[in-house]
Amino acid sequence: MMADQIQFFFEVLIGGLLSGVMYSLVALGFVLIYKTSGVLNFAQGSMVLFAALTFVQLREKGLPFAVAFLITLILMAVLGITVERTVMRPLLNRSPIVLFLATLGLSYIIEAGAQLIWGTQVHALDLGISDTPIQVGPVSISQFDISAALISGTLVAALVFFFQRTRTGLTFRAVADDPFAALAVGLRLSRIWALVWITAGLIALVAGLLWGARLGVQFSLSLIVLKAFPVLVLGGFDSILGTIVGGLIIGATEKLAEVFVGPLFGGGIETWFAYVVALVFLLIRPTGLFGQKVVERV
Amino acid sequence: MNEALPLPRTPSHPSPTFFLLFLFTFIPMHTHSLSRSFIGRLGSASLASLLLLGGLTGCGSQKQAGDSTTGSTPTAAAPAGGSNLDVNLKEQFFPLQSYRVGPYAAGGTGFFGGFIDYLNLINIRDGGVNGVKLTWDEGETQYEVEKGIEVYERLKDRPNIAAWNPLSVGIAYAMIDKVTQRRTPLITINHGRTDSTDGRVFPYVFPLLLNPYSETSGIINYLGTREGGQDKLKGKSIVVLYHGSPYGKETIPIYELLAKKYGFKVQQIEVPHPGNEQQAQWLTIKRINPDYVVLRGWGVMNPVALRTAQKVGFKADRIIGNVWSNSEEDVRPAGEAAKGYIAITTQASGKQYPVLQEIIKTVYDKGKGNLADKNRIGSVYHNLGIVNGILNVEAVRIAQEKFGKRPLSGDEVRWGFEHLQLDPARVEKLGAKDLFHSINVTWKNHEGDGRVTFQQWDGNKWNVISKWIAPDWALLRPIIEASAKKFAQENNIQLRTEADVDKVVK
Repeated sequence: MMADQIQFFFEVLIGGLLSGVMYSLVALGFVLIYKTSGVLNFAQGSMVLFAALTFVQLREKGLPFAVAFLITLILMAVLGITVERTVMRPLLNRSPIVLFLATLGLSYIIEAGAQLIWGTQVHALDLGISDTPIQVGPVSISQFDISAALISGTLVAALVFFFQRTRTGLTFRAVADDPFAALAVGLRLSRIWALVWITAGLIALVAGLLWGARLGVQFSLSLIVLKAFPVLVLGGFDSILGTIVGGLIIGATEKLAEVFVGPLFGGGIETWFAYVVALVFLLIRPTGLFGQKVVERV
Repeated sequence: MNEALPLPRTPSHPSPTFFLLFLFTFIPMHTHSLSRSFIGRLGSASLASLLLLGGLTGCGSQKQAGDSTTGSTPTAAAPAGGSNLDVNLKEQFFPLQSYRVGPYAAGGTGFFGGFIDYLNLINIRDGGVNGVKLTWDEGETQYEVEKGIEVYERLKDRPNIAAWNPLSVGIAYAMIDKVTQRRTPLITINHGRTDSTDGRVFPYVFPLLLNPYSETSGIINYLGTREGGQDKLKGKSIVVLYHGSPYGKETIPIYELLAKKYGFKVQQIEVPHPGNEQQAQWLTIKRINPDYVVLRGWGVMNPVALRTAQKVGFKADRIIGNVWSNSEEDVRPAGEAAKGYIAITTQASGKQYPVLQEIIKTVYDKGKGNLADKNRIGSVYHNLGIVNGILNVEAVRIAQEKFGKRPLSGDEVRWGFEHLQLDPARVEKLGAKDLFHSINVTWKNHEGDGRVTFQQWDGNKWNVISKWIAPDWALLRPIIEASAKKFAQENNIQLRTEADVDKVVK
């Protein structure tokens, strides 16, 4: 009986951790843009929807996976550059709240545009990854979740490497640290910001494919941003590593809470419980686990 | 290089507290799926955001796309068939609070497409109902209550309104007082508040064919049949996986009641809105290992339930979906995981029924079909729209027999609905044999004793796998009456009597 309890606990825990990695994937897009431009891009969910809808429609038109992926990526790059040119650049000197509200408006435009171009139908997306469980010892784990976690982990590792080890990554960090100084040493801000938005588009595409395969490609994809916010608060808005750690903590705690604490409240607690965890962390560490402390000269 | 750019300001990073406070203020955590308060608020905010965006970016004045998409269908755009503000004495008007964009557009386009297709069929084939042309106008609601009410306010003064058909619990709830005051029927086919079945308290509300309690009873009756008799349910274990919203919770007491009556064990597990994560719930179900899971879902919750069930090794043919978990949109995204899944329905899918064949021949072949994608003809939502069209049109026809072959007032159409009795022979005559069974609405019973059937998904289409099943109306009626009476007491409503039925305002 006790062994059964322990096994169940670990099944829930592992399931939660794997779900958490999926949350991290969404949070990653936010962090990337926030880190380099100080903008919390509320349109990230809409970009996920747009990318997934575009990809699935191209696939349904008979294009091979790689071609559909490439075309979608190009479209996401065009979208990213357009957003940077037409929305972000004109608002460059505005306060963060203005930029945030601008991205909020942008999210509706992208959502509406996606439905206008691709229609309102729900689509299935098969990535060829089986979703049947495999046994790891006494615990059964979803193959799809393991694959999704591996893809997400690889993406995070690649981004960390990019930011730490490449020249372009270093310029991203320079712009994030001090745009004035970056300008003074001749860095091309417009190019950098365009690149950031393109990279966010790539992340949106990967997230769209994995979440789309899970939920179906439909409007609700844009709501997955709600899963990313507690992760961001916990991990820090500007930490790539923080998204992974935050995602794991949020994923595991919300699932364990739902199963073991939920019955005391009548169930259905996992969504708000994630925000409770985030709030508690906020009280203890306002910048999140890995967020940079902002020191301002007064 | 950077001259074109304005100088950046050092990003004064807003604190996470701000964003979290924003979220808590902006997004209510206790979401009500069907009233769509979350989406509603987002939608309300969108206008401000867009205006702000337009203003801030210096893009000049942006023309705000109106929410109303009046006359969006070919017929609706034509003066004779849809939107026209002139009072035409030979027209009966249907205001449509449709949703063709937003999260539930797939269902909205199917349902309203089917409804309009049927109205078009009557106009083209028969020249209307006894010479009275059917007209309509659409207002886009995006399934949001606020927008639904805006559309109501915009269209409520149009002449000869037959009935309102919002296909939204939230919008319907918000309209009950209004339609009662204006004496116009409000149709909530297969949904709505259960106690509006009691026509003594709700004279203008009609949850036609199936209310949530009947649906619950229908599902349990089916499981009894499947087990070889209701007595075989004793000792069985059933989990109800419900959407975390008033809609999802509405049937909790009925499952408890039926569990007591038949001796099965029931456990009811909530999935928080929108339901895109169900790992915890399905691991719990795996542990319980019930004989059946009843899926009382909505939107994205349905395919995710099926996929997660597969993930934990629970077979799809032991999952029974409710009436809002029974469409192609609910199963297609789940792929292989949905094969074998069973769901309740009041109307079969497919296009083999004579009425659908006539719609294809008379409406679609003449380029007047409402669905953009002809492959959706005969889908669950499209057929529900057609059945809804049949019920609305027949109510008008019945009322015309009483009041004359002319455009009717809302109250006269109410009388028609209260005498909407279509037996299987009449249903066959309408070309809908096996599409739906029958309906028997009375002034007291606004649901009309609709029968249900069960369909199984084979990976490509739904196949009917049961006979028409009758819910246990006798068991449910006292509960419905008690709830309606309570509502009447709280709102100082005097119960109608049979004598009131014929008091009709022209």
